[in-house]
Amino acid sequence: MSRRRQRVIVDYSNRKWVPFWMRAKQTKLNRSKAGNGLLFGLMFICGIFMALPLVMVVNNALKPLDELFQYPPKVFVRNPTLENFSDLFVLMSDTWVPFSRYIMNTVIITMGGMVGHVLCASLAAYPLAKHKFPGRDILFNMVILSMMFSWTVTQIPQYLIISLMGINNTYLALILPAWSFGMGLYLMKQFMEQIPDSLIDSAKIDGAGEFSIFWRIVMPNVKPAWLTLAIFQFQYMWGNTGGTFLRDEELKPLQFALQQIVQGGAARAGAGAAVTFVIAAVPITFFLIAQSNIMETMTTSGMKE
Amino acid sequence: MAAKRKNVPADAAEIARMQGTLRYRIRKNRISYVMLAPYFILFFLFTVLPVIASIFFSFTDFNVLELPKFVGWKNYIKLLLEDDIFIISLKNTLLFAVITGPISYLLCLLFAWIINEFKGKLRAFLTLIFYAPSISGNAYVVWNLILTGDRYGYLNGLLLKYGIIDEAILWMKTEKYILPILMIVQLWLSLGTGFLAFIAGLQTIDHTMYEAAAIDGVRNRWQELWFVTLPAMKPQLMFGAVMQITQSFAVADISINLAGNPSVNYAGATVITHLLDYGSTRFEMGYASAIATILFLLMVGTNKLVQKMLRRVGE
Repeated sequence: MSRRRQRVIVDYSNRKWVPFWMRAKQTKLNRSKAGNGLLFGLMFICGIFMALPLVMVVNNALKPLDELFQYPPKVFVRNPTLENFSDLFVLMSDTWVPFSRYIMNTVIITMGGMVGHVLCASLAAYPLAKHKFPGRDILFNMVILSMMFSWTVTQIPQYLIISLMGINNTYLALILPAWSFGMGLYLMKQFMEQIPDSLIDSAKIDGAGEFSIFWRIVMPNVKPAWLTLAIFQFQYMWGNTGGTFLRDEELKPLQFALQQIVQGGAARAGAGAAVTFVIAAVPITFFLIAQSNIMETMTTSGMKE
Repeated sequence: MAAKRKNVPADAAEIARMQGTLRYRIRKNRISYVMLAPYFILFFLFTVLPVIASIFFSFTDFNVLELPKFVGWKNYIKLLLEDDIFIISLKNTLLFAVITGPISYLLCLLFAWIINEFKGKLRAFLTLIFYAPSISGNAYVVWNLILTGDRYGYLNGLLLKYGIIDEAILWMKTEKYILPILMIVQLWLSLGTGFLAFIAGLQTIDHTMYEAAAIDGVRNRWQELWFVTLPAMKPQLMFGAVMQITQSFAVADISINLAGNPSVNYAGATVITHLLDYGSTRFEMGYASAIATILFLLMVGTNKLVQKMLRRVGE
């Protein structure tokens, strides 16, 4: 080991201005140009394949009706128009319940399900990752196993339990089950395991209680994890139509109303294309906001012993 | 507190004995249980009870309207010995699990790893491109436009234009195309949960570890990946594997939306579409529960196997 030629790693961090070619050397060790070319080329090709259908969604939303039914079909729009969106607005103002009501329902259900789940799952994941107590492994294994049981058949017993609790046909029927999804707990536990024990122990020595360790030390250190979980949960709650749990029209979420509009058939093809766009655009916007926050944590904090 | 305690230990030996008892350990960790409580109370109510109920239903004849009638192993015997369509759907599901599962897992890892080389806005954009298909709800129905069976379909239009085919192909109505196409769409859709978890996991790796590894003689990016990156993100790798298993065994929505349920000659049938057929269409919940239980056992077995393999990463 000692005979081996050591690489010199120059620390530029205290310089005010560093030319870009030197900056590249500072963080990227062990990178060959051929490898870069190969990997980035592969990614470029796959990226086009991944992006194509979404490009179509955007273009379809901007196409006037005659272009939507044109032969031969073209991917890119020629005369972009916002007609489809104005059609959508007309249809929206025409619904049974004022449209703002649907939006409010969605905000309550999505936010309630997301914030509650992130908190509940993180709070339970911390002792599972860092404490030793009787029953820990059994509880954790149950959560993993539960993710493998088909959700379709458990729906009916779940419906019965929700009815017995008397929360059927309320927001809670959607929000409370969402708090206890298995995936979030598993994700948070996996990330919390990586926090060094010494960090938690030193906080204990300083006299911090378990709850303040959780809130002040564990949660800031796993920010990428809970922001990622928030993205998943937002997406799931946003896609929820209320199904059998919400009967009253004035409780139904936006997703339900939008899908009603699409079901109008060919006559509503334009508005339908706009709906597909809106349904995809909202979680993507949320994703972008959360993702930029994840990146911020990376530069400000590192998990170090 | 101290005054209320009834049994005051007499000597060190008794203290040690008391500390070993289950009751003592539960008392000592009561704060852990308080933290677990909100999640696990809801978890028992909305997940554990329904799962137990479903396993019970799998031994009954249950049509939702009348009370379940106990029939023993009848559902399972019928499922495994008499139900030909179940065997087809099982075969398709296993194909998904064996082909799209591992490919998608490796792609998630590969792309997350490459994306990690980028910084700032470009990185966010690339993450979005790869993650967008799974975030955009039911946007995969645009594949219906691509795969439309007449000349109006994008794919047919393209192939006709360049003279590769002479007449339009009914993609989703031709048996031999259905499964491969569904697999491609599933791959397109599957860079989701695992992918983002990997991206987040890569971000929490301490940068000084790479520098230390370079000094220790790691020469190229592949060595770095195997000896530093993968071992450091093992928890995420395990998480990703479970997600991938639950996803690839549960393929259903894309099959129903693109190929229909039932599809031509059941070429696109999966265990879950079969389950939905019995559960939601015919209301034979007992039978549907038996299907779910068998699928559950399959996934648990696969998971055991995969976790065993993942433990050897970086060795």
